[in-house]
Amino acid sequence: MEATSIRILKPGSEIRRITRFLLGELKPKGRILTPFNVITALIMLTGIVLLTIRFIWGLGSITNLSQDYPWGLWIGFDVITGVAFAGGAYVIVFMVYILGQEKYHPIARVTVLNGFLAYLFYAGALLLDLGRPWNVINPIIGNSFGVSSVLFLVAWHFLLYMLAELVEFSPAIAEWLGLDRIRRVLKAMTVGAVIFGITLSCLHQSGLGALYLMAKTKIHPLWYSQFIPVLFLVSSVFAGLSMVIFEGTITHKVFQHRVGAALHRSHDQIVLGLARICSGVMFVYLFMQLLVFVHERRWGYLGSGWGAWFLLEIIGLTAVPAALFLYAFRHRDLKITRVAALFTLLGIVLNRLNVSVISFKWYAAERYFPSWMEVVVTLAVISAELWVFRWIVNRMPVLDTALAGEARRLTLEREARSAA
Amino acid sequence: MDRRDYLKTMCVAAGSTLVGKNLAAQVTESGPAAPEQMAVLVDTTRCLGCRLCEFACAKANGLPEPDPDVDITVARNTSPSQWSVCTRYDTEKGSVAVKRQCMHCLQPACISACLTKAMHKTPDGAVAWDGDKCLGCRFCMISCPFDVPKFEYDSPNPKIQKCVMCWERLQEGKKPACVENCPAGALKFGKRSELLEEAKLRIYQNPDKYVHHIYGEHEAGGTSFLYLASVPFEQLGFPTNLDSTPYPEYTKEFLYAVPLVLTLLPPLLLAINKATGGEHEEAEEHSIIESEVR
Ligand code: SF4
Ligand code: SF4
Repeated sequence: MEATSIRILKPGSEIRRITRFLLGELKPKGRILTPFNVITALIMLTGIVLLTIRFIWGLGSITNLSQDYPWGLWIGFDVITGVAFAGGAYVIVFMVYILGQEKYHPIARVTVLNGFLAYLFYAGALLLDLGRPWNVINPIIGNSFGVSSVLFLVAWHFLLYMLAELVEFSPAIAEWLGLDRIRRVLKAMTVGAVIFGITLSCLHQSGLGALYLMAKTKIHPLWYSQFIPVLFLVSSVFAGLSMVIFEGTITHKVFQHRVGAALHRSHDQIVLGLARICSGVMFVYLFMQLLVFVHERRWGYLGSGWGAWFLLEIIGLTAVPAALFLYAFRHRDLKITRVAALFTLLGIVLNRLNVSVISFKWYAAERYFPSWMEVVVTLAVISAELWVFRWIVNRMPVLDTALAGEARRLTLEREARSAA
Repeated sequence: MDRRDYLKTMCVAAGSTLVGKNLAAQVTESGPAAPEQMAVLVDTTRCLGCRLCEFACAKANGLPEPDPDVDITVARNTSPSQWSVCTRYDTEKGSVAVKRQCMHCLQPACISACLTKAMHKTPDGAVAWDGDKCLGCRFCMISCPFDVPKFEYDSPNPKIQKCVMCWERLQEGKKPACVENCPAGALKFGKRSELLEEAKLRIYQNPDKYVHHIYGEHEAGGTSFLYLASVPFEQLGFPTNLDSTPYPEYTKEFLYAVPLVLTLLPPLLLAINKATGGEHEEAEEHSIIESEVR
């Protein structure tokens, strides 16, 4: 009680405290000259130079985009594939907050953080690709809504979804800053944000597929069908979860010191549980692919090189990992789970690139292949995301709810002290 | 409780206002073309391949003058600096020249793709581009079945370049520059319905001269550039795999599903959340925290 009144009386001191705290947190933690840091820093610097060139001389100066291929690596990989990988966030919060599966609670935060950053950076990469980015505000402030455009919906859903994810993650920020009262308010908004976020995710995951519906005559018939949106939505579930497994493996090694007891104890169980879900959804997906295959009468195409490429994606990088996931779950084998996750991720990369770039204008005389500069900019975007992710994980209670408890205890102590 | 009801109302409201209302607008917008839709009939049997239309187009639209010596027997495509190009094709009936440009679809894919309405229809039915609105996202290029919009990759202030049917001239009561400058009468400007009649009449009166197909009558739901020819259109480089579905139809189902999902999914999720007792989560987290702090 007393603490409350004091805080209200002296908002200035609270702000001063947070500023001091933030300044302290800005300092890097750990060694600076690691190979990872040096390499990613170089990539990012090159990326900045390349982007400067791009904004001075136009997109053609660093990309291989052409009149035949208006969308290349930045859209096909960064946006379309990146967003599929970020699908883990909506699936995990669905399981935790909607289905009430507490088992997955320990990874909810880190998954939401990953999802948020993925949207921020990979969907943000969309801006780099816009020819006239200064007009980006047009479809947002409403002076010209192109509502019949799928891209309009996708853009709006990106924006709103980022907001929802920020709300979902915000309690961690409040805990980090020791703002307990604000934390409680934010926490109360979680379920609302989760529901809104899941709805938006379903819509834009499928929306990314719907972008290609009008490219009917341009995408190879093995990949084009009116069902692309549904296939994109369903595959985003196991794409996202495989990413969670994959990232989790790395995160646990790199951020060992930040992993809390709760997560440490249950991590293997979580991974195996995810493996089971992945294999289930993947078999559903394969069944849908089969239905589409029959519906579109695709037999005739299997004989060509494209047919082999298609089978590599569907059998080699979807059916095989689906079976591996099942095997791994049955035999409680974490190693195989990771292998399966890696295969699945490759399969998703292939699927998304096949639709958006590789089988796009498959008949064109001059095919598109990304320039090294497009690749470097993509790597720079990923590096920047990793840096921000590391910065946050090293400071905020992301992998460890106990850290939240710690932060809370400190706040309470502080309040007690100031009350005294 | 309150919070959830609030949320529900919010979602429903957002769903219906943001998408529902506008969708209704969109449906009327992309409906069948108005009767005064203007069009151009291109009779390739009359075309000389003189390229005067190219020069007239460049002059009328402030584009660089075309290279007069360019080889027009290899398939040519429009470009950011040339909205209309003429190609000579070797066909079973000898050399046939064809002028290509934006087809000015009745229900254009580019317009339904554009998220800012930078691509739009003028009252005459011309499909024009507005640089103050365009983001340069190039979704119009992905969607156009004829690959017409072109983008200036080498400019920091890139524009989408394509034939706009000289819409400003039309508003002054003039014809498109290419039509006005065709010395052979291969191009005819007028109301689309009347030009269709005329095309049918020409085929009827000269059944041996023409293939019995007006390209653009049904392709991609119908276009305002209509073509007559003496040979099948695939010999003239036209895409012949387009059916008569107007392009906006391909995404309509998805767009209709959006307000439905926005209104139905949140309450459903909420119901499941309640059924599984999602509320316990807060309490449990507390206990985890307490136990771990100790
Ligand atoms: S031809 Fe292409 S650019 Fe021209 S109106 Fe049709 S869709 Fe639009
Ligand atoms: S590039 Fe411009 S005109 Fe084309 S869809 Fe995007 S905003 Fe519209």
